[in-house]
Amino acid sequence: MSAARGSNPVGAPETPKVLGGKLPRIDGPLKVTGRAVYTSDIALPGMLFAIPVRSTIARGRIVSIDANAARKLPGVKAVYHRGNIKAFFRTAPPKGFSGLIDEKRPPFEDDEVRYYGQYVAVAVAQTMEQAKAAADAVRVQYAAAAHNVGKQLGADKPMKVESERGDADKAFASAPVKVDQVYITPTEVHNPIELHATVASWEKGHVTLYETSQAILNHQDVLHQMLGVPVENVRVITHFLGSGFGGKLWPWTHSILAAGVAREVGAPVKLVVSRQSMFEAVGHRPRTQQHFRLGATPEGKLVSLSHEYLNQTSELDDYKEDCGEATPFMYSVPNLRVASALSRGNIGTPTAMRGPGAVPGLFAMESAMDELAIALKMDPIELRKRNEPTQDESNKLPFSSRHLLECMQVGAEKFGWAQRDPAVGAMKRDGLTIGWGVAACSWGAMRSDAQASVEITREGTAIVKTATQDVGTGTYTVLAIIVAEATGIAIDRVDVQLGDTRLPMGPISGGSWVTASVIPAVSNAARDAVKALLGMATSGPNPAFKGAKPEDLQLVDGRVKRKGEASSGVALGDVLARANVRSAIGHGKSATTMGGAESRKYSLHSYGAQFAEVTWHPQTARLRVSRFTSVIDAGRMLNPKPARNQIEGAVVMGIGMALLEESRYDQRYGAPINSNLADYMVSTNADAPPIDVTFLDYPDLVLNEMGARGVGEIGLAGTAAAITAAVYHATGVRVRELPVRIEDLLGA
Amino acid sequence: MERFQYTRARTIPEAIGIGAQATTAQQGAPVRFLAGGTTLVDLMKLNVEHPTRLVDINHLALNAIEHMPDGGLRIGALVRNAALAHDATVMKDYRVLSEALLSGASAQLRNVATTGGNLLQRTRCMYFRNTAMACNKREPGSGCSAIAGDNRSLAILGTSPQCIATNPSDMNVALAALDATVQVQGSKGERTIPFRDFHLLPGDTPHRETVLEPGDLVTHVTLAAPRAGATSRYLKLRDRASYEFALASAAVIVEVSGGRFGNVSIAMGGIGTKPWRMTAAEQALAGAPVDEATIVRAAKLALADAKPQSENGFKVELAQRCLAHALRLATGMAAS
Ligand SMILES: Cc1cc2nc3c(=O)[nH]c(=O)nc-3n(C[C@H](O)[C@H](O)[C@H](O)COP(=O)(O)OP(=O)(O)OC[C@H]3O[C@@H](n4cnc5c(N)ncnc54)[C@H](O)[C@@H]3O)c2cc1C
Ligand code: SF4
Repeated sequence: MSAARGSNPVGAPETPKVLGGKLPRIDGPLKVTGRAVYTSDIALPGMLFAIPVRSTIARGRIVSIDANAARKLPGVKAVYHRGNIKAFFRTAPPKGFSGLIDEKRPPFEDDEVRYYGQYVAVAVAQTMEQAKAAADAVRVQYAAAAHNVGKQLGADKPMKVESERGDADKAFASAPVKVDQVYITPTEVHNPIELHATVASWEKGHVTLYETSQAILNHQDVLHQMLGVPVENVRVITHFLGSGFGGKLWPWTHSILAAGVAREVGAPVKLVVSRQSMFEAVGHRPRTQQHFRLGATPEGKLVSLSHEYLNQTSELDDYKEDCGEATPFMYSVPNLRVASALSRGNIGTPTAMRGPGAVPGLFAMESAMDELAIALKMDPIELRKRNEPTQDESNKLPFSSRHLLECMQVGAEKFGWAQRDPAVGAMKRDGLTIGWGVAACSWGAMRSDAQASVEITREGTAIVKTATQDVGTGTYTVLAIIVAEATGIAIDRVDVQLGDTRLPMGPISGGSWVTASVIPAVSNAARDAVKALLGMATSGPNPAFKGAKPEDLQLVDGRVKRKGEASSGVALGDVLARANVRSAIGHGKSATTMGGAESRKYSLHSYGAQFAEVTWHPQTARLRVSRFTSVIDAGRMLNPKPARNQIEGAVVMGIGMALLEESRYDQRYGAPINSNLADYMVSTNADAPPIDVTFLDYPDLVLNEMGARGVGEIGLAGTAAAITAAVYHATGVRVRELPVRIEDLLGA
Repeated sequence: MERFQYTRARTIPEAIGIGAQATTAQQGAPVRFLAGGTTLVDLMKLNVEHPTRLVDINHLALNAIEHMPDGGLRIGALVRNAALAHDATVMKDYRVLSEALLSGASAQLRNVATTGGNLLQRTRCMYFRNTAMACNKREPGSGCSAIAGDNRSLAILGTSPQCIATNPSDMNVALAALDATVQVQGSKGERTIPFRDFHLLPGDTPHRETVLEPGDLVTHVTLAAPRAGATSRYLKLRDRASYEFALASAAVIVEVSGGRFGNVSIAMGGIGTKPWRMTAAEQALAGAPVDEATIVRAAKLALADAKPQSENGFKVELAQRCLAHALRLATGMAAS
């Protein structure tokens, strides 16, 4: 698959017109006019509303549930709990990308409460307000037990080594220059603006689920298992997502409840998760505590790197935040050890959040690198140069495409890094102190299995189908571009169909894989359709180009033409009409890189450099990010406009991670206490500075024929480390526990 | 579902008459006036407030900003925060008020929030807003969860062992500095309440936040004529650039002549259980030279009685810096 480009793409147009262009989203008008139907907009005839009852203790046992008063309220159909609902099953261990669920215990499996906000019952009524009133009226008695939502993490088992070479401890002990620090990232919550929601509707043993899912096929697989019905009886539909950031990858308990309740009441049921529950029961990025030790020579050559870390997880589930993902290959170092363990608490089960592992991991590593550069009195970019590896030292594989130093260099030029005075507080502007910081970043480039079909119709349109999702990142648009490019059909005549489990198998919308995964499948399918069409144009009954060979023809602007001829050719629809065929259908596939040939031969990652400027007003302790430059090496850019938007959005999120975001737990109640968007602070528009995004645009042809990787996560990686480095430069305060707060800086 | 009756009041007496049927005008009042609804409806959704009757006052003729013969302003209780902030006279003569309003909430909220509603907005203490947790303000006698809990944003002045919640309003801070008066009509007629007497300290009755009695309708807020030659500023410090309540804020109105402070009015927000007038600092400044040492000394003095909570010790220093810088801005010692 790798170097397939140029190996005879039959009939592909010669000059890409749309690829690499700056095409706006094809679904943009639908969204800005409010016509895009999101899951919580779905209204079915006879639909009821479900509102869960949330536990108000963090650990203990349910002693009794009294729903009598609730049942008598107006409009209430039923209140379900463990005692009166058909039990749900657990899923079998996952295989590949199916059967994945982070919170494995089905709702109502037992009477044990493991975290605050766990669903203990659910009220169903004719309106949402009635259901809410009923849920509030359910009286639950608990036998509370001591809970742990503490901030200090402790390993539940000895650390497990993830990657090791040489002897990191020994090399560290004798290293002339050292950094030895603990870095902490807090619990962060995805908080997409669209709440999680499920609308479940049963008919004759079949259930249709309108979902907020970033992975509909997995959702189908999990739900069929948990509901105990055949897989073909579950259909999952997600047409539009108001983002997810990973929180909507795997099913959560509310979805299973909605389906179970709809089965019980015999009517469609809508369940929209409240903002408060978004902090409790649909995952979060767990708190991490990372001990980093770097040893180096006075010349700045790393001799030892040790990264030992813990992440918090729930009592029952082993969610691992893979902070060590990038550590083993980022820099050249002969002695390295990465090890980790879990720390348990009475919290909801964590889940992947934008750049899982790498984002908190790189905050720690890049902070440590910055501290090392300061200890060495060396420019931090120079330090990275001196430790640039020639291969992935963890597995001795060549990099498929790595341009980290070029990212640094281009970023330095764009940012004006040469003007930097490294002394703390030395740079001033308009009465403010300026701080500059830089950090490197990386994110794995992967591809998963995907299938797609493309149909060229008599009307001269193309229909592309694949069961993936558009999280809001522009998947609809990218697929339309690919099909338009491969078929010569105008982009507004390409109908992209996604988000339905009845479509050909598509990838999850996670890990920035969608683009890399569906591109080969869709372009293969498009070419396959073109091949079928050109076959009909040249042979069979009544061909339009009798005697011509398919290779002599090309598709331009919805017409088939002979190459090199000026004639206007024949409309696609006419080719099909002459053959008396309804449409030309092509199928395409792409294979996963995970465990595949590429991953055994190459180290596949995207890279980037993040440059932050902060302004610091010492009199009022006011700190703001004033400028940001991000240079990203993420393969070829298929549509730079949404890609840029992904990086900008990630930087804005990174500002939140660095300076604002933290889900705080009340130690006595065991509850996330700032569980709303006023008290859990994310960046506002006013916090977003000018952001300069550059893509290096080197195609990664190992990954796919177009050389494209995804850009969903990489922009967030490294951002917080660049900002805390800038904070140090401005104030002299090194903040190792995020977020940076005013009280951390008052001493500066 | 909590059912309530909705009445659109056509006249002030009608509104007052319905309001007077309630037993209290404080937390838990069974009758509530509905203005912009941005505090009230929010708290009803959270089950913190459950009035059985809402009296919509939006159609009363209380939405004018009138120029008074004495040179002052009379602001109708229904004047929206945005309209007040952008009023030409307010921007020119009462800059501190305009700046305070514009630093609050968001443009959308300011478009509906009213002067009367802002005056009476409730605390943002997270425990007050969460009915699963103990709170003396919401349920007298249940205990205060904030004292040993998450109190980073709460008060360091005017607290009691029963409650440490801040009055979160920015507008109120400016009105306190401006010595505004609140005009009220109730079943016993009209009265005028000096701003500093309007809000109550929590003491043993944190559910009582103002002196209002059942049926009392705030009709106007009145400002005296602007002091000739005075400059006024509002400075708000917070974690993010917008859409956040103050961690500390200062409203200052200063007169300066011959390098010395004349009359100075100071009120602070984000740190007190009510909008906090800084009389000691005001007195220390009056007549003193306009210089860095004076300002810093006054700022220290202002916070001398502060009692930090477990998580907000930084507010003492932050508030001092806030006041000092507001004074620098108002005196031209600093430009930004
Ligand atoms: C997300 C968010 C962020 C915010 N941020 C800020 C901020 O940064 N700074 C800030 O200062 N404020 C902020 N606010 C608060 C906002 O300013 C207030 O909600 C608003 O001013 C209340 O005005 P209203 O007209 O909507 O009041 P309503 O909700 O209608 O009324 C509030 C209370 O006052 C009573 N009332 C209203 N009018 C009268 C009257 N004439 N006479 C007697 N009683 C009356 C009502 O009965 C009710 O009890 C924020 C609010 C929200 C929701
Ligand atoms: S500080 Fe006041 S409002 Fe907050 S919990 Fe305590 S009593 Fe309630």
